[in-house]
Amino acid sequence: MRPTVSQQLTLLAIGFVVALAHLLAGCSDARNNAHAVYMLIDTSGTYAEEAGKAQRIVNYLLGTLQPGDALAVARVESRSFSEKDIIAKATFDTRPSQANAQKRAFQASADAFLKNVKGSRYTDITGGLLQGAEYLNETGAGTKTLIVFSDMQEELDRSTVRDFPIRMKGIRIVAINVVKLKTDNMDPRLYFGRLEAWQKRLEGAGAAEWRVVNDLERLDTVLAKR
Amino acid sequence: MNTFWMIWPGNPGLSALTWALGGMLFLYAARSPMHELIRSTGHAIAGPLRALSRWLAAAAEELHRRNRAVLLAQARQDVESRIEREFERVSALVTRDLDGYPALQRKLMDEITRIEEDYKKCGEVPPPPPEWVEAVASVAKVKSGHEVVQKILEDISGSIGKMHDKSIAEYRRSYESRHRILGSFLPFWRSVEKTMARVDKKLEGLQSSAAAVDAQMEKYREISAQTDKAAHALAVSAFTQFIVSLLVMAVAAGGAFVNFKLIALPMSEMVGAGDTLAGNLQTSEVAALVIILVEASMGLFVMETLRITHLFPPIAQLEDRMRRRMLWTSATLLLVLATVEAALALMRDVLIADKQALIQSLATVQQAAAVTDGWVGAIPTAGQMLLGFILPFALAFIAIPLESLIHSSRTVGGIVILALVRLTAFLVRLLGHFAKHASRVLVSLYDVAIVLPLLAEKLGRRSAPAASARVEPELDVEEARRAS
Repeated sequence: MRPTVSQQLTLLAIGFVVALAHLLAGCSDARNNAHAVYMLIDTSGTYAEEAGKAQRIVNYLLGTLQPGDALAVARVESRSFSEKDIIAKATFDTRPSQANAQKRAFQASADAFLKNVKGSRYTDITGGLLQGAEYLNETGAGTKTLIVFSDMQEELDRSTVRDFPIRMKGIRIVAINVVKLKTDNMDPRLYFGRLEAWQKRLEGAGAAEWRVVNDLERLDTVLAKR
Repeated sequence: MNTFWMIWPGNPGLSALTWALGGMLFLYAARSPMHELIRSTGHAIAGPLRALSRWLAAAAEELHRRNRAVLLAQARQDVESRIEREFERVSALVTRDLDGYPALQRKLMDEITRIEEDYKKCGEVPPPPPEWVEAVASVAKVKSGHEVVQKILEDISGSIGKMHDKSIAEYRRSYESRHRILGSFLPFWRSVEKTMARVDKKLEGLQSSAAAVDAQMEKYREISAQTDKAAHALAVSAFTQFIVSLLVMAVAAGGAFVNFKLIALPMSEMVGAGDTLAGNLQTSEVAALVIILVEASMGLFVMETLRITHLFPPIAQLEDRMRRRMLWTSATLLLVLATVEAALALMRDVLIADKQALIQSLATVQQAAAVTDGWVGAIPTAGQMLLGFILPFALAFIAIPLESLIHSSRTVGGIVILALVRLTAFLVRLLGHFAKHASRVLVSLYDVAIVLPLLAEKLGRRSAPAASARVEPELDVEEARRAS
C-alpha cells in the first residue's frame, strides 16, 4: 500500500531526528586529537631553587591545554620510576566548565608541592622519562609531550640501573631551563656534549622530536601545534 | 663522442651530408604516400571535430529551446498564480468594501430625498395678493373733496399700514423658518459628501486592482504568444532575481555565522570540546551548525505551511487541519530552539568569564580586572541573549530568498550552460579548421625538406618535353602516310 503524505512526512521527520542524533553522538576517536603532557621537575641539589620557574611553566600549560587534554607533573628524585613521584595528574573533562574546575584544583596541588620542594640526593632522569613515557602511552593521546625541567645532569646511586635502551616512540621531548653548571662554565663542551648525548639517546629511543628551550618567554614552542 | 652514425669515419661533415642526401632521397621517394598520410591525418582530426562542433551546436539549440520552454512555462505558472491572487484580492475587496454598498446607497438616497423635501419647503412663498388694491382703485375714481371719501381713504391707509406691517412680519418669519431649514441641510450635505468620498475611495481600490489584473493579463498574453520580447524580459528578470536572492542569502549567511559563533562554544558543554569529526572540525562546532540548520529547516516548514513558499509540494497538498498542525509544530520547535539559543548565549558569557578568571589566576603578574559591574556590564550579556533569540526567527525567512534562488538558478544555470556549450562548439570548430590547415602547411613543409630532388625532377621534366618535341615530326610524317 502506498503511504500517505502524512506518513511520508512522519518518516522523514523520524529519519531526520535519527540522523541528527547519530551525528551528535557518533564522533571520531577523541583521544587522537588530544594532547597529553608529562612534566618532570628536577628537585635535586641546587636545582630545587628553580621551583618558581617550574610553577610558571605549569601555569602556562594549564592555561594552554584544552578540554580533553591530559597533564601530569612529577618530580625527579634519586629513583624516579614510580607513580609516587607524580605530584598531580588530570585528564581534563571535555566540558569547558568542568575542565576549568579541574585546572584550578591541579594548580592548587602543584603550588602546594612547589612551595615546599625538598632537594634529593641523586637525579634519576631516565627513571622519570620511563615513568612519563608509560603515562603518556596510557593516555592514548594523539600528541604526547614530555617536558624535562632539569639541568640534564643525571646522577645515580650505585644500585640504580638505567644503562639500558629505552623506548620513547612518538613522544616529543622538550628540555626546559637547562641551566649551565659551574663545570659547564669552565668548559662549555661539557654542556653541549651533555645535551648532544641526551639527544642521541632519546632520538635513538624513537622520540618524535628533541627540543631545548631555555628562554621562558618562548614557551609557545613547548606545545606542538595541533 | 658517438661515432656509430658516421658513414665516413673521421669525417662527420661528409657523413652528415650523406645522411641528409639519403634522407632526402627517401623522403622524395615516399612523397606521395606521405602527402596522402598528412592529408588523411588532417581530415581524420578535422572531420570528427567538425561533427562534434555540429553536434554541440545542435545540442545548444535544443538546450536553448528547452530553456525557453521551461522559462515560459515557469513564467506562465507564475503569472497564473499572480492573476489568481489578484482575483482573490479583488474578490476580498468587493466582499469587504462593496458588501455594505446597498445599505450605503439606501442611506444616500434617504438623505437625498430628505434634502429634496427640505428644499421644496424652502421655496419662496409670495405675499398674498393685495385684495384692497381694487377697492383703492374704486375709491380713487370717486371725485375728491368729499369728506366721506377722505375718511374712507384715511381708514384704508391705516388698514394698509397695519396690513403691511403684518405682512412684512409674516414674510420675515417665513424667511427665518426657511433659513433654519437650509441650516439643517448642512450636516446632511456633509454626510453625503463623506459617503460619496468613501464610495469613490473604494472604487479607486477596485480600479487599481483591475488595472493590476489587466497588466498581468497582458503579460500572460505575451507569454502565451511565446514572443522573443517576453522570453528576453523573463531571462533578465531571472538574472535580477538570482543576484538579489544571492545577496540576501549572503546576508543571511552572515547572520548564520554570528549565530554559529554565539552557540559554538557553549555547545561544547553539551557534546564536549575534545571530540573532532573530520580534520580539526570539533563536534561542538558541527552540533552548532546542525542546530542552525535545523532552525532554518523549521523556518522553511513554517513558510511552507503558511503557503508563502512552495518548495515541497506534499506540504502544499496537505489538508488544512494537518497543515495547521504542522505549522504549530514547526513554530513551537522554532520557539524552543530560539529559547535554547538564548540560554546558550548566556552560557557562553559565563564560560568566557570563567576562562578569564582562570587565566587571571594562572597569570604570573596579576592584572587589574576590568570594571564591568552594574547595568553596563550586563549589556553584552543581554545583547547576546537577545541575538540568540531573534536570529533563529530571522533565519526562518531565509526560505523566501532560497526559493527564489532555486527557481531562478534553473534559468540562470541553463543560460550559462548554453553559453558554455556554444563556446565549446566554436572552439571545437576552430580546432577542426586549424587541423585542416595545419595538414596543408605540413605538406608544404615536407616539400621544402625535399627541395633538391624536386628541383632535379623539375629540371628533368623541362628536358623531357624538348626530347619528345624532337621526335614529333617523324611521328607526324608516319601519321600522314597512314592517313593517305
